[in-house]
Amino acid sequence: MSMGMALAILGAALSTALAGIGSSVGVGWGGQAAAGVVSEDPDQFAKVLILQLLPGTQGIYGLLVTFITLSQIGVLGGDPVTDTYTGMMYLFACLPIAIVGLISGFYQGKTSVASINLVAKRPDQFGKAMLFPAMVETYAILALLVSILAVTNIK
Amino acid sequence: MGDNDYLFAVARIHVKEKTLLSDMDVAQMAGMKTEQDVLNFLTDRGWGDGSSPVDAAGLLAAEEAKTWDLMRELRIDPAVFQVLELPKLYHNLGCAIKEAVLGKVPERVYFDIDKYDGETMGRIVREKRWEDLPSHMKETARNAYELMAKTGDGQRCDSIVDRGCILACLEAGKKSKNSLLAEYEESTAAVTDIKIAVRAARTGKTLNFLNEALAPCSQVDVRYLALAAAEGQEKLLSWLEEHGFGKAAEALKDSPSAFERWCDNRVIETILPQKRKYNSQGPVIAYYLARENEIKTARIILTAKANGFSEEFTKERVRRMYG
Repeated sequence: MSMGMALAILGAALSTALAGIGSSVGVGWGGQAAAGVVSEDPDQFAKVLILQLLPGTQGIYGLLVTFITLSQIGVLGGDPVTDTYTGMMYLFACLPIAIVGLISGFYQGKTSVASINLVAKRPDQFGKAMLFPAMVETYAILALLVSILAVTNIK
Repeated sequence: MGDNDYLFAVARIHVKEKTLLSDMDVAQMAGMKTEQDVLNFLTDRGWGDGSSPVDAAGLLAAEEAKTWDLMRELRIDPAVFQVLELPKLYHNLGCAIKEAVLGKVPERVYFDIDKYDGETMGRIVREKRWEDLPSHMKETARNAYELMAKTGDGQRCDSIVDRGCILACLEAGKKSKNSLLAEYEESTAAVTDIKIAVRAARTGKTLNFLNEALAPCSQVDVRYLALAAAEGQEKLLSWLEEHGFGKAAEALKDSPSAFERWCDNRVIETILPQKRKYNSQGPVIAYYLARENEIKTARIILTAKANGFSEEFTKERVRRMYG
């Protein structure tokens, strides 16, 4: 395997791994808070479940970028990467979703926990509570777009 | 444990906060005609253990037990509650010293706390086994006992015990590395110092007494507080107004019970920001303190109703609620 191929696979792996770590931490925090609410008020299950799941999207975005990358570099399709320069381009193209996915997963998790606590006190404010963590999502989506555009345009 | 290890506990506590009594509930209870009306109101809100007939003491004891069960379930560090129980521990010490010197006091004046209940504390003080006391308490206990045995002056004995208690609470608050506990103990220390100064000014105590009784803390410069209190009530009132305690001065002018209420409300204000936090032990500790305040307020109202006191009398004594 060439150095270029190794770098491209590293980029694909990082986008799933780092974004996945961000999501798992965020969803984990959300789950703890959600369980606390449901233990006292089971009627809030559906609302807190949605809030818990919001930080889970970064992991999916990371996985999406991984699939696109693998289908470009000769693993699931496309031509194998032969030179180091192209491999580095794939690695850097994967970094936006990898890094932003990790960090936004953490922060969206914290915001989800805060929103779950808001629902705990004011279940009628669920709509507003959902908007706060959704705002963090914007930056994960921007990173996803940049990564997809970059990966799909490498010649 | 880190702050994020309390996410479950805090979310649970925020749901439970909805069941706390509000200021409106307390006003409604204070306006009720009889003790039974208050008991019915509280049982409708889920207070008590479901046993019938309901009596005030049983109802309040059941609520205290529920709070403790919840704290144990949430696995809050027991060291936190040891800090919060220090005033009860020092109260038992004060009672035991007076009992040892003056004779028997009623058993019910003691708090029933682990390791140092009335009987144990009484035996330690009678036998002067100071080494059996916690390290922060030994010197205070010895000094207070010797003074009491020599002079029989209960007020000075109390002032030594109170000072020892404040210093122990401040130290324990700092050592806990819990910002809420440290802030709570600082606030409690300031309020207790002001309380001592007010009583001393009212009874014409000397500067020496005040210097001996007041404990240094960050919110009040006790040297100047002592000087003001030694010069009398008027001087103390103007000192309080000039140093950010205008509401305390206002309450003092109103009545002694209004001042007592200000003291408790000020401490509750310290914990109010915890309602907006979503992690750390802070909101859980604040809930525990809020429950204590709630039970104390319910006790005041039930006692007032049982003794036929007026609505105005009762309302003047009830505290601000956290809920």
